[in-house]
Amino acid sequence: MNFWTDPVNFVAQWLLGLLTGWGMPGWLASLLVQLIGVVVLVSMMMVIDIFLVWIERKVVARFQDRLGPNRVGPFGIIQPFADIIKLIIKEDITPNGADKLIYNLAPILSLMSVLLLWAIVPLAPVILGVDLNVGALYIIAAGAIGTLSIIMAAWASNNKFALLGAFRQVAVLVSFEVPMLATMLIPTILAGSMGMNEIIQSQNVWYIVLAPLAGLIFMIAAIAELGRAPFDLNEAESEIVAGYHIEYTGMKFGLFYAGELLHAFTFGGFWAILFLGGYRFFGLENLGPIVAAAILMAKALFGYWLIMWVRYTVMRIRIDHMLAFNWKFLTPLAFTLLILTALMNALLRGTSSGVYILGMLLTNVILGWIIVEILRGFSRRERERVEGPQQAVAHQ
Amino acid sequence: MTFTQIIFLITAAVILGSALMVVSTRNLVHAALWLIVTLFGVAVLYAILNASFLAVVQVVVYIGAIAILFIFAIMLTRREMLDRGPQLNRGWWLNAIIAVLTFGGLFWMLQGWSGFSKAAADFPSGYDAVGQLGKALVSPTGFVLPFEVASVLLLAALVGAVYVAFTRK
Repeated sequence: MNFWTDPVNFVAQWLLGLLTGWGMPGWLASLLVQLIGVVVLVSMMMVIDIFLVWIERKVVARFQDRLGPNRVGPFGIIQPFADIIKLIIKEDITPNGADKLIYNLAPILSLMSVLLLWAIVPLAPVILGVDLNVGALYIIAAGAIGTLSIIMAAWASNNKFALLGAFRQVAVLVSFEVPMLATMLIPTILAGSMGMNEIIQSQNVWYIVLAPLAGLIFMIAAIAELGRAPFDLNEAESEIVAGYHIEYTGMKFGLFYAGELLHAFTFGGFWAILFLGGYRFFGLENLGPIVAAAILMAKALFGYWLIMWVRYTVMRIRIDHMLAFNWKFLTPLAFTLLILTALMNALLRGTSSGVYILGMLLTNVILGWIIVEILRGFSRRERERVEGPQQAVAHQ
Repeated sequence: MTFTQIIFLITAAVILGSALMVVSTRNLVHAALWLIVTLFGVAVLYAILNASFLAVVQVVVYIGAIAILFIFAIMLTRREMLDRGPQLNRGWWLNAIIAVLTFGGLFWMLQGWSGFSKAAADFPSGYDAVGQLGKALVSPTGFVLPFEVASVLLLAALVGAVYVAFTRK
């Protein structure tokens, strides 16, 4: 074992040897090394988070034909640090009638629910927190804590706008979890495991090729889970001002904001892991774990960029439309896809890889075509119902 | 005392303490949040027993769905979050006796079991616990019948809920 092929375990072994050499008992030394690992991972994600603020502001500026931050440092890259100083020195206000403990706990839980997700992200085959065999479910479980933090923030703020925002957000989160979990089961079926590392290892062909519809549904559900536009009903500025974090100032608001950005980046990462081959990129990952980690980060950034692209180009959807879209369209589609994928996987398992890939792809294409036809028929009927039959004829 | 035992004792203390807070606090939202602490503690117990699937499902179902539903129900049905009535009713001593008897009975029963004083053994490396659980749930020699009966029951509950909430046009 050397540094180049297994950097994390190499450093951990060296530290363990050092600590036990100083006369520390074995269990305490290994506990300490594990703790250091957690702190390093979390700190790394927080540092990345600082630069995500800059990336987000730069990208939105390009989408809106502006320059974005460009005054502090080269390309405005020092701007987030100025923002942090501003957030820290701002007055910290706790509203009257707020439930102090819960009010202060909520932002911490919000950021924690995102950082928890990085425990199962395999940056490289050997750089990973823990290879849980229930990885896909773990993502939803960590999301549950995020949902909880939103309710806690809104209720403890003693503000009606905050509570309205939380009610909307929870309605969205709870309902979009269903298609999300269903589509996460599709890579699970294809790989035969829920563990993130094994899902990546079995992607000789990226799952976006074998299951493009699942990748699309996962992306939509992920954007809804994030509460970003077009699903940003939780903070809809024009309706309820800022939603659940309306009463938060300074760094407490900063924690919500940082959590939201890192959450988007993290879901970009999970999208890459489940559908884009994770750290694999045409054999380039064999060069070493550091290269593999860089590949995963690049893919996560690509996913994050897609989420931003959608956010800054699509308009907000009304809540009843959104819930109807989820329960009447996305959920049945996700379950149909799940059943079809399981069936096709069982039927085509013995065949050559070419037939397998083509069969899976064709299943998705045919199902997608049927869906588009059904949608077209539905919208034509809706149009006729709204415009009346005579006007519809007049239009032709 | 092993490391696992220390974690178990801390978890057990947290579960019991938070469960006590659930029934004794007067603020209903606080009670729901304490309940979440209790449920999370149970998830930790599952994790100590190497039941990773159950631990994660405990968090997803109980914290992600049921506890949040509780909080919603409280917020939507109560105007006042504080409960002012008496916290004990006349039958409290009867319930206390039943609780003590149940605990004593379980303790007495489990003492005769050989696994009572053993730590949970680690799985051999490469053992697919989740896969085995999945196979057991759908195999005819395993638990397919209870599994399907539970599914039908849940489906019936779902249909019933939709029927109750459905408004005729």
